[in-house]
Amino acid sequence: MSAFYSVLKRELRSYFASPLAYIILVVFQVISARFFFLYLQGFLQFQLDPSYQLQTGDLNLNNLVILPYFGTISIVLLLIVPLITMRLIADEKKNYTAELLFTSPIHIRTIVLGKFAAALILLIMMLLLSSVNVFVLMVHGNPDLGAVLSGYTGLFLLGASFLSIGIFASSLTDNQLIAAVISFGVLLVLWLVGALSDAESSILGYLSVINHYEDFGKGIVDLKDVVYYVSLIFLGLFLTYSALESERWR
Amino acid sequence: MVYVHNLTKRYGNLTAVENLSFQLERGDVLGFLGPNGAGKTTTMRIITGYMPPTKGTVHIEGVDIFDEPLQAKRVIGYLPENPPLYNDMTVMEYLSFVADIKKVGRKEKKSRIFYVMERCGIAEVRRRIIGHLSKGYRQRVGIAQALVNNPSVLILDEPTIGLDPRQIIEIRELIKSLSGDRTVILSTHILPEVTMICSKVIIINHGKIVLEESLQKLSEDMRSAESILLRTRQNGEGVVEKIHALGNVSSVKPGAAGEYIIVPRKGAEVREELSRLAVENDWGLLELRPVTNTLEEVFLKVISSEGN
Ligand SMILES: Nc1ncnc2c1ncn2[C@@H]1O[C@H](COP(=O)(O)OP(=O)(O)O)[C@@H](O)[C@H]1O
Ligand SMILES: [Mg+2]
Repeated sequence: MSAFYSVLKRELRSYFASPLAYIILVVFQVISARFFFLYLQGFLQFQLDPSYQLQTGDLNLNNLVILPYFGTISIVLLLIVPLITMRLIADEKKNYTAELLFTSPIHIRTIVLGKFAAALILLIMMLLLSSVNVFVLMVHGNPDLGAVLSGYTGLFLLGASFLSIGIFASSLTDNQLIAAVISFGVLLVLWLVGALSDAESSILGYLSVINHYEDFGKGIVDLKDVVYYVSLIFLGLFLTYSALESERWR
Repeated sequence: MVYVHNLTKRYGNLTAVENLSFQLERGDVLGFLGPNGAGKTTTMRIITGYMPPTKGTVHIEGVDIFDEPLQAKRVIGYLPENPPLYNDMTVMEYLSFVADIKKVGRKEKKSRIFYVMERCGIAEVRRRIIGHLSKGYRQRVGIAQALVNNPSVLILDEPTIGLDPRQIIEIRELIKSLSGDRTVILSTHILPEVTMICSKVIIINHGKIVLEESLQKLSEDMRSAESILLRTRQNGEGVVEKIHALGNVSSVKPGAAGEYIIVPRKGAEVREELSRLAVENDWGLLELRPVTNTLEEVFLKVISSEGN
């Protein structure tokens, strides 16, 4: 088995060997489903309102249910990703297994990418679970599936960016808790910098992770947003690589 | 073959290893000896490519570990000071993972894993979760891990540390049986371990080599340096001179409380004459026995002389 696949498999096994992965999946699904039905309820009540008949396009399933639902998911990701990534590298240091990895005939990037891929799989599982709720909508109406798809693309990119920052935080310490706190702090700052500046064109506005998500929710996949997330993912992975490399040079 | 040349490692201001050089051939079992903090772990971490030195080079089977790490690391087996175990895996899963990252070929993998499990006596715990194993078994799994890729260079950092006496004996036996035509480096701060397992000894202190010797030469030296302890009631006048007058004596050193350490000329037997002399002169002979220089004494001697 290739080293990459082997690292990935070990990491996935490790997620599901402890209750952590199950707790993460269940908590994620419970919170997002709770909010989903809240939004759906609101929509259904609104439909009964006679004035609804007079409204036009804007007050549809997409805008009243799916958009806020995805917004909720993005916030839950902000809270849960640090828990997914905290042990990825910190634990290797704590259990002295880092010494095994770094004296094996494999590249550091293979290790980092294998771990990242395992975390991505967990993210995909979460997003797939959450999509069950969206299918429920098909019963109630005709949501714009294009917007659903682009929204999920955005959530995936957002989540993957969070993961890469989380892995970096995990490479800075041998303590899981500290890793989680660091990544949550960094993610929060990246999230909130947008609020410090109203103009999306400003630097702070550009840096904000959530500003780039907005268009995806509306069904628009803009290349510049994709580039932003992909760059963030690369940056996080590169910093992780550098941290692991430089640590042993000290 | 392991070739270490002018290795120096500094952690900030602290020089952990300084200008260390040595060379080992296939079949050599090196006892890498030194007190805590001497720089054993640091040296081994550099040799295994875990971290780069500040200065110097390491060649494993002729391959520079820093120019071509992936190639050099393929032939190394390494047991770090703390066995690198994943506590949530079973022994089999773990060894299979190690085989993968050590690039063990697909065809040999399974037989190799069963072979090392058999060899290390862990076949019966192969389906157990590593986190639930006893310390002795964990250490065995650690050694098995180092053997999975059938390394020609085996590096073991304090393999018997923290084990109980029975486990220590078992692990030593295991290591002895593993050497074969490999090059083995074994670090320890337990001296008898070296006499039992190794063919060559390097003693380091404060990051520098203070003694490098084959074990055979070392034991010859220790035997030839055998001296005699004479204990009398009290230190008398002219005792040293009278012993010297016996001839065949190369040195006499008076100690405390009527003790004398007498080093005979090489191969000479002076105990009989000594006892007669002591009785004739009424020194009050209390004890007369040979004192063999143990490795322990050699160790303490080189280390303390180095400190001065
Ligand atoms: N990562 C490190 N950072 C700073 N100092 C270190 C580090 N590792 C070891 N040292 C220091 O280097 C010296 C040699 O340590 P080590 O190689 O572990 O010795 P040994 O294994 O012989 O006990 C010690 O003084 C130790 O404190
Ligand atoms: Mg040590």
